[in-house]
Amino acid sequence: MFTTATTTSQKILQMFAAILLFVAVIGLILYIASRFTGKRDRAIAALYLAPTVLMLSVGLLYPGLRTIYQSFFDASLKNFIGFDNYTAILTDAEQLTVLRNTAFWVLVTPFLATAIGLIYAILVDKARMESFAKALIFLPMSISFVAAGVIWKFMYEYRPDQGSIKQIGLINQIIVWLGGKPIQLLIESPLNTFLLIAVMVWIQAGFAMTVLSAAIKAIPDDIIEAARLDGVGPLGMFRFVTLPAIRPAVVVVLTTIAIGTLKVFDIVQTMTGGRFDTSVIANEFYSQTFRSDNRGFGAALAVVLFILVIPIVAYNIRQLRRSEA
Amino acid sequence: MFVQRGSSRSRIALAGALSAGLVLSLSACADDKEPSGGTAPASSLAPIDCAPYTAFGDLKGKEVSIYTGIVTPEDTPQKESYKPFEQCTGITIKYEGDKSFETQVLIRAEAGNPPDLAYVPQPGLLQRLVATGKAVEAPTEVAANVDKDFGADWKAYGTVDGKFYAAPLGANVKSLVWYSPKEFKDNGYQIPQTLGELKTLSDKIAATGKKPWCAGIASGEATGWPLTDWMEDFFLRLNGPEAYDKWIKHEIPFNGPEATKALDGVGEYLKNDKYVNGGLGDVKSIAGTEFKDAGLPILDGDCSLHRQASFYAANFDKSTKVAEDGDVYAFYLPGETADSKPVLGGGEFVLAFADRPEVKAFQTYLSSSTWANNKAKVSSGWVSANKQLDVANLVNPIDALSAKILQDPKATFRFDASDLMPAAVGSNAFWKQGTSWITGQDTKTTLTNIENAWPK
Amino acid sequence: MTTAAPLTTTPVSKTEGKKLSAAATAKKKLTSPWASLAAVVIAVLWTIPTFGLLISSFRPEDAIKRTGWWTFFTNPLVTFQNYEAVLDPNEAGANLPASFLNSLVMTIPSVLIPLCLASLAAYAFAWMNFPGKNVLFIAIFALQIVPLQVTLLPLLQLFVSWDIDGTFWTVWLSHSTFALPLAIYLLHNFIKEVPSSLIEAARIDGAGHVSIFFRVLLPLLTPALAAFGIFQFLWVWNDLLVSLTFAGSPAISPLTVQLSNLSGTRGTAWYLLSAGAFISILVPVTVFLLLQRYFVRGLLAGSVKG
Repeated sequence: MFTTATTTSQKILQMFAAILLFVAVIGLILYIASRFTGKRDRAIAALYLAPTVLMLSVGLLYPGLRTIYQSFFDASLKNFIGFDNYTAILTDAEQLTVLRNTAFWVLVTPFLATAIGLIYAILVDKARMESFAKALIFLPMSISFVAAGVIWKFMYEYRPDQGSIKQIGLINQIIVWLGGKPIQLLIESPLNTFLLIAVMVWIQAGFAMTVLSAAIKAIPDDIIEAARLDGVGPLGMFRFVTLPAIRPAVVVVLTTIAIGTLKVFDIVQTMTGGRFDTSVIANEFYSQTFRSDNRGFGAALAVVLFILVIPIVAYNIRQLRRSEA
Repeated sequence: MFVQRGSSRSRIALAGALSAGLVLSLSACADDKEPSGGTAPASSLAPIDCAPYTAFGDLKGKEVSIYTGIVTPEDTPQKESYKPFEQCTGITIKYEGDKSFETQVLIRAEAGNPPDLAYVPQPGLLQRLVATGKAVEAPTEVAANVDKDFGADWKAYGTVDGKFYAAPLGANVKSLVWYSPKEFKDNGYQIPQTLGELKTLSDKIAATGKKPWCAGIASGEATGWPLTDWMEDFFLRLNGPEAYDKWIKHEIPFNGPEATKALDGVGEYLKNDKYVNGGLGDVKSIAGTEFKDAGLPILDGDCSLHRQASFYAANFDKSTKVAEDGDVYAFYLPGETADSKPVLGGGEFVLAFADRPEVKAFQTYLSSSTWANNKAKVSSGWVSANKQLDVANLVNPIDALSAKILQDPKATFRFDASDLMPAAVGSNAFWKQGTSWITGQDTKTTLTNIENAWPK
Repeated sequence: MTTAAPLTTTPVSKTEGKKLSAAATAKKKLTSPWASLAAVVIAVLWTIPTFGLLISSFRPEDAIKRTGWWTFFTNPLVTFQNYEAVLDPNEAGANLPASFLNSLVMTIPSVLIPLCLASLAAYAFAWMNFPGKNVLFIAIFALQIVPLQVTLLPLLQLFVSWDIDGTFWTVWLSHSTFALPLAIYLLHNFIKEVPSSLIEAARIDGAGHVSIFFRVLLPLLTPALAAFGIFQFLWVWNDLLVSLTFAGSPAISPLTVQLSNLSGTRGTAWYLLSAGAFISILVPVTVFLLLQRYFVRGLLAGSVKG
């Protein structure tokens, strides 16, 4: 059961065995929990959380702490060098560009993706063919990064304005149709960073749209009806009815996309390789750790990511407090 | 390994029948393809004579796992070349090709989950893998094969701290310039024999209003590597092999006068807007053009010359004839004088993480001239630095050319410098700064930045 | 929360259909043709890139490399070569049917396990009192930022020491772990908005945590689970990083690993990715279309606040 499955039936059997084993574990937890009668929250909570805490400690917490520890060491991880890696990140011109780009990404992507997702969710709400319309926006989410790289090549690719050479990137073709000269889109900084951000927005808008659309549908009809009878216009409706009602969902979406954006490296790696001033922390971390064999420095970059997420965590704590007040 | 030793009586008949079927089906699929441009195997190894393999003994039921960055379609001839060994010894070779090999193999080795054998394309990576403490030294048989059939320099690339670990597998020649034989014939251009003649030829073509050169250095996260090859080729030609070796070892600074001379030498071509970028745009477009697309304008007549390694042959589609009398071919990037023949190249090395008898046996087979010639017969776009490699076995003209260059007694071979330098330079700063140099950064800043990235 | 909705224990009923259409008519009066236009513009912008890939996947190699996909409309050249090459194990070296199965076998447990664990944990965070609750919740939430790359080496070491390296278990365990922080965060947001009066009523009836979880919460939550389920499905299905490290061997490698190798050692055959990508999109899109209705209702039930 714990060996490599090679045949089709072995694979499927192993899958069901895993699911059954897992069901048995959950069953055991629930059985023990049901033995506790009354309000013995502590014991039951401990049971409910035990598998999660165990898995997270081993799978994420330990590697995270290990990374923080490593960030104070040199490339070979043998010599302790204090905060030198951090000083380098904050003083090196190349790394400062990386920080600037990361700021662009995390400031633009969540808001733009959420705004587009929200607008679209409102526009197609209860429209004809709503589910088809939503599937169109959702589609990019189901595309792997490997495929997304090829898709956007057909958008951004540059071919020179020479002889009989044809454009194969749509954007440059449109520029040419309009009488302009083709632009090397992915080389021009900072334009290229925003073009890469557009890819991330393209992927994440589907997530925002799906979650927010569901939240909009949860707004009780009588509230809308009452507002309408009060003579509230479409914009007022959005401002005073829709937005307050879906606020929690908006926070969830913004948070999730922001964290996803901080971690993204595939887009940058496949489209520009981080050249032409487009690198972001997650990509730089990857290239320093795995390409340059500069482990300590890579670890320090990962820690900078941890630090950047603190404001997002803080904001969510505030939301949590407010909802419990 | 927990495989039982079984009776070996019926093995030859059974294994033979099974694999013969496999070979037949594979060759049936391969036969209908043009051998010229693509990398499809030209023919399979027909009747197998087991005599060379009896020394390896009975390895029935044994398995050896291989992990490599060589993926489809180049993996087919690899697997094909193991067939005779598999059939005659009964061994099973488990092949895993992965484009992310270079980063993944380190994780696997460190985690204690390495393959039996890894094909390592960079001596620098080889050193890092040996540093994990999981690799094992090459068996004496392998060392003997390498001493016999390879140059001492090739053995040195597989040696870490005085211990010999990895025998060379394949090789490629980087000092090649792709051109259109038809264009040369129609215009009466001659293959240049010196760097000076190359310059004259470039000027001549440029005078017709055509941009003679095309280049592209984009390659995802490795963007910039083709430029490092350009610079290395020029370093070797303008400063000689001794200075080149010192440059790699950092005995002379990365930004010294030698390197400046080399990069400025490249600049005369790649930063010269009369010369580039044929069919692809201006100088800057070199940075944005995928290296794999960069030589294709030759076929359209938009560009005349493209400096790229022998493996570039695979980038022309199947209808393109790669031959001296075909649509596209390559000539040796000449030295300063017609007598000096510096050759820049690369290759893979076989590193073992296990010393079971079957692993040693297969490792020995891979280091032998038997394998090199078996591989040659089924490959296109492949050569070896093995001196016993019979050029007649190479089906593809470009491979024959590469083999001739490698075997030329006057040639001075040097391995790709960026593969030998520390990763922080060879796989990072050199690539990045080289790219910035193309997009406008001056030579001095570029070289100084790389020098500063050298690990202290 | 600001929504003051009346308590609805039966979110779906036959009257809902009428209500919706009433709302729809109200909505229609509010929407201008400009709004419809805007919706169409967004939809078109979002679809064009993928559409270009679809067209490209049916064009011959030479045409893909030399002309834009839109030339297809003036000069239609259709070929199935790319699909044939991708599906033919001898041509591309990739065994797509086998890796398709591998992807499924990897994905299903990697969706179910974190969903169950996360709903238990989210329930504990939302409806139980224990010391250190908020700190623990925030800690779990913050773990989302740990880059997966830093976890690969320690996890692989662990799997090797357990002797389960090279099996599906490595993928199931690691994907389940990586999914937990986000799953708990999202599910907690829905669970905590279930009207507390519902829970209280059940408590007064003498129900313990187990029966509250199953009888009261799960029915309300099932659709929300379907919603997170599809996101997790997509992430696992499209993951390359985890599979490369733990499941790279051809016997168990998923579609994404095969796809990324499809373009060849030096990326020469990148045009084949167009066809490969479409084969790999099929399953997630089908799953989305099938689960979409749960989706909509799911988040709806969750956001009702008493």
